[in-house]
Amino acid sequence: MSGSIQDTFFEECEELLEATDEGLTAIEGGDHDPEVVNAIFRAVHSIKGGAGAFGLDDLVAFAHRFETVFDEVRSNRLDLDEKLIQLLLRSSDQLSALVEVARDGGEIDEAHNDTLLAALDEYIPEEEEDLTFEPMGLGGPAPMMDLGDLGGAPAEPQEETYRIRFQPLKEMYGTGNEPFFLFQALKDLGELTVTMDENELPGFDAMDMAEAYLAWDLVLVTKETRSKVEAVFEFVEGLCELSINGDGDAEAEANALAALDAMFAAPPAADAAAAPEGEAPAAPFEPPVPAPEPEAKPAAAEEKASAPKAESGKQEQRGGPKPTLRVELERVDRLINAVGELIINHSMLAQQIANLNVSDTRDVETELEGFKNLARDIQEGVMAIRAQPVKPLFQRMARIVREASAATGKTCKLVTEGENTEVDKTVIERLSDPLTHILRNAVDHGVEKPEDREAAGKSKVGEIRLSASHRSGSVCIEIKDDGAGVNRPRVKQIAIEKGLIPENAELTDGEIDNLLFAPGFSTAKEISNLSGRGVGMDVVKNAVTGLGGRINISSAPGKGSTFTIILPLTLAVMDGMVVSVADQTMVVPITSIVETMRGSDDMINSLGADGTLLSIRGNFVPICDVAGALGLYRESDQQAGVYLLVETETGQRCALAVDDIHDQRQVVIKSLDGVCGEIPGVAAATILGDGKIAMILDPESIIAASPTAAAFDTERRMSNAS
Amino acid sequence: MKTKVLAIDDSRTIRNLLAATLEEAGFEYHCAVDGREGVDMYPDVDPDVVITDINMPNLDGFGVIEELRGTGINSKVPILVLTTESAPELKARARGAGATGWITKPFDDASLIFALKRVTGAAA
Repeated sequence: MSGSIQDTFFEECEELLEATDEGLTAIEGGDHDPEVVNAIFRAVHSIKGGAGAFGLDDLVAFAHRFETVFDEVRSNRLDLDEKLIQLLLRSSDQLSALVEVARDGGEIDEAHNDTLLAALDEYIPEEEEDLTFEPMGLGGPAPMMDLGDLGGAPAEPQEETYRIRFQPLKEMYGTGNEPFFLFQALKDLGELTVTMDENELPGFDAMDMAEAYLAWDLVLVTKETRSKVEAVFEFVEGLCELSINGDGDAEAEANALAALDAMFAAPPAADAAAAPEGEAPAAPFEPPVPAPEPEAKPAAAEEKASAPKAESGKQEQRGGPKPTLRVELERVDRLINAVGELIINHSMLAQQIANLNVSDTRDVETELEGFKNLARDIQEGVMAIRAQPVKPLFQRMARIVREASAATGKTCKLVTEGENTEVDKTVIERLSDPLTHILRNAVDHGVEKPEDREAAGKSKVGEIRLSASHRSGSVCIEIKDDGAGVNRPRVKQIAIEKGLIPENAELTDGEIDNLLFAPGFSTAKEISNLSGRGVGMDVVKNAVTGLGGRINISSAPGKGSTFTIILPLTLAVMDGMVVSVADQTMVVPITSIVETMRGSDDMINSLGADGTLLSIRGNFVPICDVAGALGLYRESDQQAGVYLLVETETGQRCALAVDDIHDQRQVVIKSLDGVCGEIPGVAAATILGDGKIAMILDPESIIAASPTAAAFDTERRMSNAS
Repeated sequence: MKTKVLAIDDSRTIRNLLAATLEEAGFEYHCAVDGREGVDMYPDVDPDVVITDINMPNLDGFGVIEELRGTGINSKVPILVLTTESAPELKARARGAGATGWITKPFDDASLIFALKRVTGAAA
């Protein structure tokens, strides 16, 4: 687990180093904006913080020095002259080098490192250095906590009774500290008896809410060290009157004093990194180091001094970070393409073997099957390289919702589901804009104002649910709000005003909702600068279809709207059914096919002048002749006798009539972009086993263009409604 | 009911470390990437305890404490600050603003849980 977090750390380092470089380059170019300096300070500070967590002492020490100089700069105590800028640039390079060594192993150029450290030191005022390297704690007793441990550790733990008097000052209550919780923490250490002292409590009339009157007397019997007991009160130190008296106190104090000496004798550089909180022995990232004996001063010092050298060994012990490799995206894509060709190649080979006049091809087929499986494995492997969880994208969306809520004066919360769903990197990148737009829309137009929500009996806070899931070979992203739903009369009116539909158009609810995606449509009465910007939902739809996906909206008045985006898992390969239509071979995406059947005459019924319906188990489904939809003419007298039952996202079913079904196989998607213009009904192309090009059909747009399907759909809805 | 933690830190590494430790220990973990986001998220998350970094863009840790203590929504929520060095003046300033306690980076699981125990009474 810590390995993967360490991976993240190194990835984050890359970004932080980049930010540092960028900032320094800006400074070198004359930009002395305080925010630039601040940003660098934070970046270096973050590197230090993370490095500390993984015990990367060299890195911590260098980052600390670097950061301190920057702190001087941002506090205007140091001028950014040419000499300093050059030093900072070299230091930034050294920081990169140290990160690299920490990650990949290797040698640090100690001499160079020391030179730079010394040069940085020259810019750090003396007292500053002392202050930051102070061992720890808020002045007094905090260091004692550590020391108690150091002093008391060697002895066999013995039960001891502590009598504790605890009287909070009124200031304590302003910091969110609660006596009750402190007692609970004490109770973890041993047997605790609590007695409340309310003697100072005045009469009711004299009582002041802001005053503190109560005190407690506690008796704790524990085998834990005194430092553990004191540590419980660390946060309230100075905010209460506290006395802790143990049985064997005199001895413990002597040990503590000796340990205090040992501590200050240690070289300061190691302290910042090597002195954790009081409970050091439990530290998961450090190999167990025996508590140094207080009297063994030199040993303790030596241990710390040798820590940096031991670092590489320490890393091995932890198994080291999981190595990652940054690869240009283009190389991965080349691989994906090659795998695609491999799959095509397999199909060709299989076909040619089938064409050979050999009686027994069983052995070859077995090998061929193996070939196919390997090709699939490689393909999945390559796809996994590009797959990323949608979590970061979703997290960004939470921010979008917050911003949008603030800008509109509404209160919305975003609930996310399926954040670990993995999707192709390009898909994630290109989803960001459409999702942003939909979410802003949901806040702006979907969710009502708090007072309206209350009036409608809803919670004041609007809920927008963003979910991702894998659904039969596709990725499904859903954005669901609990707002007012689509205002259908208004949408229809606008569509008529804008000439998108004729005035007397009879539309189903679903069709009205989907008008939102029509080019140039915007329901906002005035273009708000949030979801407006002259960009409509048509842009969202284009972005989604550009990814080979579909988007659909469903809405219930008063209850909210749901946008559903269905995307292919990968942009490179898909499962398709190879069919023939009017002597041409075509591919229909498997994901859209519900079932296939061979039709007989008695299953066909006519509707109107030239519409036909297919009767399936008592239900009627409009038939859409693919050849007709694509404008193809059959030369032979072959009939379309095979039906692919497909279902659109609106739940509309349609039977695509084709001539025959040949095969079901994986095909490599070859985009037609730049080859020819958009062909209605055709999504892309592929190369089949025989080397021929076949069009990949888009059933949705074929159905949309089919008059029978549209007429039937309207009729069906009307009869449902009545 | 799980104890809800809202962690505010601009470092992904620290957020991941906190998430790993806290989720394993049974806390409900929420995080924000800077002070502004943390304060904005606060009402939604309604945490039992806030852990915040000091050095952050947009709104720093002191700002977070001041805003949360100033809201009056829950001016008593425990707030722990994350500090790299245990620089006394940082702690004093944080406490002056109303911080409940602090966690020194690098932290280990035990000290993190112990700090939470002392301000929420919960080990999870």
